Amino acid sequence: MKASKSSGPLIITGLVLLLLILHQDNWFWTDATLVFGFIPIALFWHACISLAAVATWFLATRIAWPVSDEFEDQEGGE
Amino acid sequence: MDHPGLPQLIIILVYLGLLLALGLFSSRLFKGTKEDYQVASHSIGPFLLLMSIFGTTMTAFALVGSSGEAFREGVGVYGMLASSSGIVHSLCFFLIGVKVWKLARRYKYTTQIEFFRDRLDSDFVGYLMFPILVGLVIPYLLIGVISGGAVIQSLTAGLAPDLPMFQVFTAEGNPNPALHGGIPPWLGSMVICVVVLVYVFFGGMRGTTWANTFQTLVFMILGVVTFFVIANKLGGQESILDNLKTLANSVPEDKVTRSEMSKTKFFTYLLIPLSVGMFPHLFQHWMTAKSSHAFKLPVVCHPFFIMIVWVPCVLVGIWATGLPADMHLPANPNTILPFLVKTQTGPILGGFLAAGILAAIMSSLDSQFLCIGTIFNNDVVTHLAGKDRFSDRQQVMFTRLFIIGIVAITYFLSLGNVRSVFALGVWCFSGFSALFPIVVAALYWRGLTAAGAISGVFAAITSWCILFYQGTKVPIEQGGLSKFVLNLPIGGESYELMPVVAMMLSSTVTMILVSLVTPRPSEEKLAKFFG
Repeated sequence: MKASKSSGPLIITGLVLLLLILHQDNWFWTDATLVFGFIPIALFWHACISLAAVATWFLATRIAWPVSDEFEDQEGGE
Repeated sequence: MDHPGLPQLIIILVYLGLLLALGLFSSRLFKGTKEDYQVASHSIGPFLLLMSIFGTTMTAFALVGSSGEAFREGVGVYGMLASSSGIVHSLCFFLIGVKVWKLARRYKYTTQIEFFRDRLDSDFVGYLMFPILVGLVIPYLLIGVISGGAVIQSLTAGLAPDLPMFQVFTAEGNPNPALHGGIPPWLGSMVICVVVLVYVFFGGMRGTTWANTFQTLVFMILGVVTFFVIANKLGGQESILDNLKTLANSVPEDKVTRSEMSKTKFFTYLLIPLSVGMFPHLFQHWMTAKSSHAFKLPVVCHPFFIMIVWVPCVLVGIWATGLPADMHLPANPNTILPFLVKTQTGPILGGFLAAGILAAIMSSLDSQFLCIGTIFNNDVVTHLAGKDRFSDRQQVMFTRLFIIGIVAITYFLSLGNVRSVFALGVWCFSGFSALFPIVVAALYWRGLTAAGAISGVFAAITSWCILFYQGTKVPIEQGGLSKFVLNLPIGGESYELMPVVAMMLSSTVTMILVSLVTPRPSEEKLAKFFG
């Protein structure tokens, strides 16, 4: 995560845009497949989007956090 | 305990008693200052912040509405309302929450209006936003109070069928089995208002945060438990996997796909969750964070928590579409989940589910009541009278008095026309979303001027009123206000768009154009916010 200080926000912007594009899953619109035999593929896909969002935001906290440690030291309460 | 409705009533009462105890206990830690009452002295760590923010953004709709909407529209509601929120809510916490926390920590803001007044160097923007924010929160409050009364009535049905005020009859004059003998909504709503009032009044933000955390745990756990119990009962097979498969195979094809759903409406629904960026009650929760690092857990876990609550509810909703006609499912989709709990599980789980739904409702109500009390005190009374005019003790008293006032007003409004309020939900969110460009510009655009922001707010609210008026013309049989969409004709085709698109466009364009032709804030002011 070291080399990503300056490119971090760009990477996160790209990932969020990708999530928003994948969210519009026209390709599964009329697909009635049941994944594992019980979960409709549209629901499965969007549950995966939720998990991908978790991963994206986790990465954001590591490479693109908008508050510096100096600010925390000066004004934070911890 | 065999008496119908009695176990449910006992569980609800025990649950409400626990909440009261929690609120009263938290008041023992109250330091007596305004800052402690309104933002818990900025002492809230990551876990409590996660739970309180999640509990505040999830209303009764997360449990009852999600299953009801899935019953009506199919699996598409998850993408439309849940996965979109997982992306967009965390985006708002990340882009707006952390940034305003940083500014508020430095310049001592508690409310959004304090921030906007300082950033734009304009008193008027505060007076303009005050009625708009309060006006958009009140219908949201009403939905919670009304839903609470309705849930208690439905799940205690049969308790006292001989008491005239507990009786509910159908149009044919027969007792309505789903409601007859249950605690009347006016009484259930009153009890909820009183319980929330007590723990907010005594516990302030600390009590609210603790209660939210407790309630969020309750509704998440009970939602999952309910899902498995209903699956096992409805499926009738040996293993849980077989039950899930049996139920999924009984669902009509249009409910496991989105064949009936407009793609453009689905796409433009993405703008609705931006509303959290302008929720005044969420802003106040952000201010409670001990440090910016406390935001990391909510930013990361929020989409996962949404998934835990919504996936089971959406599955239950679509399963209900495949149930045999002789089960006599209720006509109102929002009562599908309580109906299945009541008919497919025992009274004990019914009582626990009632507690879970009330938890989801009250964990939003408390923050909203506290927020409106805080806005009244900080942005009206103290602002008009001067910051040093009143002591901290007096300001805590004012905040509490305003909270009592707003609880009383909400309760009395809830006794009026109850049905039309539910359609207002998405309109409230659209209104907050329409204001979203203003907060983004205030944080990230040096060129935003006071005139630009004020014009943007006027454009947002004017477009909201025009579209709302258009929406009222949609006949009830066609879904009324809640089904109103804009139609965009392109190349002989018509594409459905959510009204929020027009609202956001009008506020953004107006804000930018007016900002470009009006004087920018002073360099000193810009250095304060962008230096």
